[in-house]
Amino acid sequence: MTSQEYALELSDLVMHFGAVRAVDGVSLAIPRGRVTALVGESGSGKSTVGRCVVRLVEPTAGTVRIAGADVTHLSRRQLRRHRSDVSIVFQDPAGSLDPRMLVGDIVAEPLRLSGRRISRRDRDARVATELGRVGLRAEVARRYPHELSGGQRQRVSIARALISEPMLLIADEPTSALDVSVQASVLNLLADLQRDIGFACLFITHDLSAVEYLADDIAVMYLGQLVEKGSREQIFARPGHPYTQALLSAAPVADPERQRQRQQVLLGDDLPTALDPPSGCRFRTRCPLAFDRCATEVPAQVEYGDGMAACHLVQPDGTRPDVRAADTNEVVS
Amino acid sequence: MTTAERTGAPSTTIETPVLQVRDLSVAFTTESGTVSAVDRVSLDLAPGEIVGMVGESGCGKSVTAMSIGGLLPDSARVTGSVRLQGTELVGTRESVLRRVRGKDIAYIFQEPMTSLNPVLTIGRQIAEVLQVHERMSRRAARARAVELLSLVGIPSAATRVDNYPHQLSGGMRQRVMIAMAVACGPKVLVADEPTTALDVTVQAGILQVLRDLRDRLGTTILVITHDLGVIADIADRVVVMYAGRVVERAPVTDLFAFPYHRYTAGLLSASPTPGVHAGTQRLQEIPGLVPVLSAQPDACTFADRCPAADERCREAAPPLEAVRPALTEHVAACWHPCPTPRTRPEETIA
Repeated sequence: MTSQEYALELSDLVMHFGAVRAVDGVSLAIPRGRVTALVGESGSGKSTVGRCVVRLVEPTAGTVRIAGADVTHLSRRQLRRHRSDVSIVFQDPAGSLDPRMLVGDIVAEPLRLSGRRISRRDRDARVATELGRVGLRAEVARRYPHELSGGQRQRVSIARALISEPMLLIADEPTSALDVSVQASVLNLLADLQRDIGFACLFITHDLSAVEYLADDIAVMYLGQLVEKGSREQIFARPGHPYTQALLSAAPVADPERQRQRQQVLLGDDLPTALDPPSGCRFRTRCPLAFDRCATEVPAQVEYGDGMAACHLVQPDGTRPDVRAADTNEVVS
Repeated sequence: MTTAERTGAPSTTIETPVLQVRDLSVAFTTESGTVSAVDRVSLDLAPGEIVGMVGESGCGKSVTAMSIGGLLPDSARVTGSVRLQGTELVGTRESVLRRVRGKDIAYIFQEPMTSLNPVLTIGRQIAEVLQVHERMSRRAARARAVELLSLVGIPSAATRVDNYPHQLSGGMRQRVMIAMAVACGPKVLVADEPTTALDVTVQAGILQVLRDLRDRLGTTILVITHDLGVIADIADRVVVMYAGRVVERAPVTDLFAFPYHRYTAGLLSASPTPGVHAGTQRLQEIPGLVPVLSAQPDACTFADRCPAADERCREAAPPLEAVRPALTEHVAACWHPCPTPRTRPEETIA
């Protein structure tokens, strides 16, 4: 696959904020038209990756390519040419919509910033189309954000993100602030739009159950680094990395009979910080399967199934550890 | 369970409830008029039971929880009855309530950092509770604080006791909050979204601590949450709230297997469940919005969003009652409950 066929390519992306190593060598490629979920818990650096992609921050090292073009160190002026290629939707629509702007102006903002001249009438028509696409009536253009519900506001954010017809959408926890019933409608909307329009998407979330439903591929992040990548099917059916396994086991299922029969893996909740990450494997301080080598040697990214896992216990032949066996001390190796 | 010989008799546990809530209503006076937040909620907590209260934002679940311990501001008009082991709490003087809170009813909230004092060690904060309520000496209180910290699963409690809150992770802080809450051996622990601010790997541990408390100390726990996964994990019985009212109440397995109320059924199918939706299926949506009510109408408050609603739903509020006479513990307030998908084993016996 040539570089042009990827909507996004990150190679060895590093983002340090002073001594905080928020992102520490992340490589990830999203083919055009595909959805990759970036899953991790708070402090994993997943949102920072998203902010590097839209260049809200300038990466410390590594490269960010959007549709083959290196945008890592472009100036604000130079970036403008690429702005319409990538959009972002944030978690909190109340905080990311200007309360003093009419919804119509908010949605049209990317058109104004693109610098292309557009008549008032064309602009209003584009806004109305975009609002319709996200399931809002055209009259909403004349309202203010505070007059809308949380779900409606998130629809406005999505309309604003899509009006420039981006090739890549960064969705940073777009449904985490919403109620379950509203979350379902926003997830459905994103899935429909993605299928119809065919943009690529980096879906950043802490919620594995939401991504099973949306993502083609899943990348799992822990303390600034990727620990596993793979197709959705593989990650759910045969997770390789102990952290991925723990994450899947910890997310409760909404079915009491199943939930109570599941064997849960309890990790310690003393999380290391990105200020001083553990030596060797960063997950070792919470990993029930950690052994001597994990403290001394950084695990390489091993080819595993259709993706990779960074764990000393994962082999390219498909051998993987089982964290649930940790209590019996029988480590599959 | 045989239901044949229990015709008509209430099938709730014979034990006297620790906490009995009857027709609890809460209204707030605001600039734009009166808003009804909780409408005639009734609820019993049996000793050692974990009851889950679930609903979306604005359903009144947190206001219900706060009103139980008299924690609401003066602008709230609370009516009805809350009895803790027979003692009425609604309308009781603040000085009496203050003794009850912390000793008989304890709370933990979503955000442990804002509930802890940042300039005192966690040991001092736990000890303070014991010195005030139990009149313990400083030294005894400190020793007990260490015990409590290990009870809630904090490793090396004897050194951790001298930590300040900022030295602990979010999960550890929530464990400290739980230790403080159970310091005086409360009868009832109210946990309002105890794991919402935490990561899933940390949440699993906190839920385990709550379960341990019930098993080891017999604490009765009311867990308030928006997350059906948490309910499925920890609750014995579930109360579903919508727009200030209890719309359904059932033992946990019954509720998930046979939801009667259309709102409960909607919530269940709107929740993404691993292994169920797997890429192809759409999530079910509940159209419309939760109403904000100036007065509780004499109608079903879910009618405007309900696929089964008709004239009757808009004219009269459905009573909260057993849908199947044989299953008295499963009640729903719905004129058109969901049809049961398959025969229930209990009914074939009866």
